[in-house]
Amino acid sequence: MSLHKSDVEKIAHLARLSINEDDIPSYADNLSNILKLVDQLNTVDTSDISPMAHPQDAAQRLREDEVTETDQRDHFLKNAPKTADGLFLVPKVIE
Amino acid sequence: MFQKTIAELIIELQNKSISSVELTQAYLNRIQKNDQIYNSFITVTPDLALEQAERADKRLAAGNAEPLTGIPLAQKDIFCTNGVKTSSGSKMLDNFIAPYDATVIDKFNQAGAVMLGKTNMDEFAMGSSNETSFYGPVKNPWNTNTVPGGSSGGSAAAVAAQLAPAATGTDTGGSIRQPAALCNLTGLKPTYGRVSRYGMIAFASSLDQAGPMTKTAEDAAIMLNAMAGFDPKDSTCSNKNVPDYTADLNKNLKGLKIGLPKEFFEKGMDESVAKVIEDAIDTYKKAGAELVEISLPNSGLSVPSYYVVAPAEASSNLSRFDGVRYGYRCENPVDLEDMYKRSRGEGFGEEVKRRIMIGTYALSVGFYDAYYLKAQKVRRLISEDFKKAFEKVDVIMGPTTPTTAFNIGEKSNDPVTMYLSDIYTIAVNLAGLPGMSIPAGFANNMPVGLQLIGNYFEESRLLNVAHQYQQITDWHKQTPAM
Amino acid sequence: MEWEVVIGLEIHAQLATKSKIFSGSSTAYGAAPNTQACAVDLGLPGVLPVVNKEAVAMGAKFGLAIGANVSKHSVFDRKNYFYPDSPKGYQTSQLYFPIVESGHIEIELEDGKIKTIGITRAHLEEDAGKSLHENYNDLTGIDLNRAGTPLLEIVSEPDLRSAKEAVAYMKKIHSLVQYLEICDGNMQEGSFRCDANVSVRPKGQEELGTRAEIKNINSFRFVERAINHEIERQIELIEDGGRVIQETRLYDSDKDETRSMRSKEEANDYRYFPCPDLLPIVLDDTYLDAIKNKLPELPEAKKTRFIKEYDLKSIDADILTAQKDLSIFFEATTKHAGGEAKICANWVLGEVNAALNKNELSISESPITPEQLGGLIKRISDKTISGKIAKTVFEAMWNGEGSADDIIEKKGLKQVTDSGLIEKVIDEIMTKNQGQVEQYRSGKEQVFGFFVGQTMKATQGKANPQQVNELLKKKLKG
Repeated sequence: MSLHKSDVEKIAHLARLSINEDDIPSYADNLSNILKLVDQLNTVDTSDISPMAHPQDAAQRLREDEVTETDQRDHFLKNAPKTADGLFLVPKVIE
Repeated sequence: MFQKTIAELIIELQNKSISSVELTQAYLNRIQKNDQIYNSFITVTPDLALEQAERADKRLAAGNAEPLTGIPLAQKDIFCTNGVKTSSGSKMLDNFIAPYDATVIDKFNQAGAVMLGKTNMDEFAMGSSNETSFYGPVKNPWNTNTVPGGSSGGSAAAVAAQLAPAATGTDTGGSIRQPAALCNLTGLKPTYGRVSRYGMIAFASSLDQAGPMTKTAEDAAIMLNAMAGFDPKDSTCSNKNVPDYTADLNKNLKGLKIGLPKEFFEKGMDESVAKVIEDAIDTYKKAGAELVEISLPNSGLSVPSYYVVAPAEASSNLSRFDGVRYGYRCENPVDLEDMYKRSRGEGFGEEVKRRIMIGTYALSVGFYDAYYLKAQKVRRLISEDFKKAFEKVDVIMGPTTPTTAFNIGEKSNDPVTMYLSDIYTIAVNLAGLPGMSIPAGFANNMPVGLQLIGNYFEESRLLNVAHQYQQITDWHKQTPAM
Repeated sequence: MEWEVVIGLEIHAQLATKSKIFSGSSTAYGAAPNTQACAVDLGLPGVLPVVNKEAVAMGAKFGLAIGANVSKHSVFDRKNYFYPDSPKGYQTSQLYFPIVESGHIEIELEDGKIKTIGITRAHLEEDAGKSLHENYNDLTGIDLNRAGTPLLEIVSEPDLRSAKEAVAYMKKIHSLVQYLEICDGNMQEGSFRCDANVSVRPKGQEELGTRAEIKNINSFRFVERAINHEIERQIELIEDGGRVIQETRLYDSDKDETRSMRSKEEANDYRYFPCPDLLPIVLDDTYLDAIKNKLPELPEAKKTRFIKEYDLKSIDADILTAQKDLSIFFEATTKHAGGEAKICANWVLGEVNAALNKNELSISESPITPEQLGGLIKRISDKTISGKIAKTVFEAMWNGEGSADDIIEKKGLKQVTDSGLIEKVIDEIMTKNQGQVEQYRSGKEQVFGFFVGQTMKATQGKANPQQVNELLKKKLKG
C-alpha cells in the first residue's frame, strides 16, 4: 500500500495536523514504507482468530456511584492557554 | 558512593553513615556538573529533592522508614508530578505543570523516596533512541556518539552515568529493556496491569507499562515492591496480590527450564551480540538450568502488528492535546480548525505526527478491518505462541536488541529501520508478559543485554533468575569511563 | 403523489446517577462553570476512566423493561472527533457491542390502535460539555461540567410514520425512564433530548429515502414541529425536482425551521475502536435476575391495574399513569380519601391539573398534598360540603390555608342539612315571590331553578342541594 499526496492531506486533516507542503512527499514515503512493513500481516491466515484488544482476559471493575471529587477549577485552569469567568476560551465555535 | 546500589544505600541510610540530605545533595551536585554531557534530565528539582530528603531523614530518625525512604530517584518525564513540569518530551507540554501526581509517583512519595528530577525521553515515548525528544538527544555514557536507546533513554543514561542510583521507565515496545541493554542496566517491564498507569501519559494504553531501571536485579525488586499494586483509578490494573519481590531472589536455578526461541537466534542479530548472548546462556546452563528449544512462530509479525496497534491507540490518546485546556496553543489562530491544526502541527514532532497519521489511517473507514482488526488477530496468535511455550518452560531467553548502541543520527531518517531495533522486545508487550534486560557482556566495548521473558505475573521468578546470574557474573558492575 | 414518512429517533436520556460515568465528579445541574469537571473529565494527560456501577445497572434495567436482550458482554468504544466540548478528542460510547439490543415498546395511535415500535439498541456513553457563545471578544467559552455525565442513547427502528407517532413514542420512553428511576426526564435541563432521522418515500416504495438527521430537540412540541417541517421541506424539495442529501440539520425553535449545520458538513470518519483503557462489561444471569426482580410496576401494567382496581375509564387511567409522579399522587389521594377513586381521578385530572397548568407547576411541586386532597374528597362524600363548596375549599387549600376540615370550620362552610331550617328559608322566599309561585303552579316549571338559586343564595350555598330540591318540589306543589 503506498500513499499519495492526497491521502496524506486527508489523514492530516482527520488528525488535525498542519503539515508543511514541502514535507508531504517525505511523509508519503515514510508512511508508505511503514504500511509496507505492516502488510506482512497478510502473510498469516487469521480467519478463525478473534481480535485481541487487550492483554488481559478480565472484566471491567465497576466503581460505586459516589461523588468523590471536589472543585479544583482554579488549580486546573492554571494550565489553560486562555480563560475567562472559569471557562476555557477557544476561537468561535460556529454551529 | 555513586557506585552503590539501592540495597547498599538503604543500609547506609538506616545505620546513619550518611543522611538522605547528604546523599541527595551529592547527586544534585553530580547532575549539575555532568549532565550537560548526557542531557539525561529535562527538569532537575533540587528544592523539592532536598525538602523530601529532610523529611526522609526525620522519618529515618523516627524509625518508621520504608526501604526506599531517603533514596534519591530519577523519574521519567512521562509521570505526572504535582507542581512540577511534566513534558513527556514534547513541545506540546513544555509549559505543562502537572496538577496531580501519578499513582507511581504517589507511591514513591508515600515510601519516602526523593525525586531528583524528571528524565529525558523520546517524545510521548515514541522512539528507540531518545532522538525524538523536544529537549534534544540523550548521549550514551558508554560512548557519547551513540544513543542510549529509548524511549526511556534519559533514565538509562542517568543511572549509567551515576547521576541517580535508579530511575523509572515505561515500556510500550521495549522502552525500558532496550535502553537498559544499551546502557548496561537491569530493566524490568512488569506484566501489563501490575503497575498502575494512572498519571502516566499514555502512548498506547493496552501496551504501556511502567517499571524500574536499576543497577541490579535486587534493586529492581526493591523498586517494584514500591511501584506494583492495585489502583482503583486504573481499570486495567490488576488486583492480584503483590508478593515481596525480594523474597525469592536467592532461590537456586537447579532445574530451571529456559526456553530459547529459535526465531530469535535465526537471523538479524549481530554476530558479536550473538556471541555474548550464547555465553550468557551457557553460564545459566553451568548453573544448573536446562535449555529447551522452543518456537514462537508468529513472533516475526510482532513489529508489523505493533505498528498498527500502538499508533492506532496513540492517535486517539493524543487527540486530547488540542490547545484548549492545557499545553501548546499556536499564536493567533484564525479559527477553531486553524487552532487545532497548528497547535498540533507545531506542538508535535515529526515521529509523533507520523505515528498519529499511521494510527488515524489504520482506524479510518475502509481500513479498520484490514489493518486494525488484522493486527489484533495477529496479536492473539503471538500471545498464543507464548502461552504454548510457557507450558514447557519457566522463562524464555534471548537478546534484548539485535545490535549494541547505534550512532546518534544513524537511523533517525529511516523510521522502519529504527522500528526493527525493537524486534525482540515488542512481542512481550503485545502479549502483556513481564520482561527484563540484564547486562550480559560487551561487544566492541559496548554493553549487550540479555532478555528474560516470564509468564504472567511471574516477576519474582524473573528477578530471581536475573539476581542469580548477577551473583556469578559482574557485567552489571561495569561502569563507563567518565 | 402520496408520500410515506419514515422516522427513527435517537433519544439521549441522562442517567440519574450521582457521579459521572467514568469519574467521581458530581452530575448535579447548574453548578458554576467547570467546578464539576475533575482531572478525568478534563481529559488531563495520564488520567484514566473507571465505569460507574449504577450507570451499568440503569442500562440493564432499561433493557429488561423493553423486553430486550441485555448483553452479558458489552464493550466501550472510542468515537474520535475534534470538538472543544469533547475534552479527550473522543467520546467513549458503545458501537460494536452495546449493552442493550433488540427491544420494543407499544404506543397508542390516535385511532386507539396499538403499534409496536422496535428499539434497535441502547448504549451507554458520556455526554459532552457545553459551548457558551456569549461574547468573550468573539471567542467561545467551554464549560465541561456536563462532560462525562452518563447517557443512555436509545435508538429506535425506523418504524415511526408521522410526527405524531414520533411524539407518542418519545412520550412513552420519557414515561418509562422516569418509572424506572433512571432519568429525571427534565427536558428543560437537557436530561432527555432526541435526534430525529427523517426521510420520505413514495407510498408503496420499499427502498428508504435519503434521510436527514435533526439534532438536539428538547421538547415534545418541538419534535412534532421540527419533524413536520422537515417532512414538508423534503417533499417540496423532491417535488421541485431536487434531491434530499444526507446531512445533519438543526431545529431553530425561534424561526420554526430546520437548517443545515454547515460546520459539520464534512464527511465524518469517527474511527471507532475498542477503548483500550476499559475492559468489557461482563454481566451474568444472577445479576440480571436481581435487576429483573426489582423492576417497578411499569406504566402499562399500572394502567391495567387502575382500570381493574379503581374502575377507571381507559383514557383516565392512561393519563394518570403516563407520569409516574401523577400516578403516585392519584393513588395516595385515593388512600387518604378512603376510596372514591373515581371522584379522586376527576379531581386530580380536573382541578389539580388545571391549577398546576395555570401556575406552570409539575405534580411534584403541587402545593396541595394527596393527604389534603383526600381529606377534601372525604368531606364531599360524607356530605359535609357540596361539590360546589368543595371548589372554594380547594382554592383556599391551594393558597396554603390548611386542611379541608380547618377551612370548612374556619369559613363556616359546613353544609346545612337541617330540613326545618331549609323549610323556613323556602317559606320566606315563597312569601316574597308570590308571582313566581303562581307561574310555577300554572305549569311554568322553568322557574324552579329560580327558587333553587334563591335558596342557595340565602344559605350562602351551604344548603344540601338534594334536600333543597326535594323540599322545594313538595312546597311549590302546594
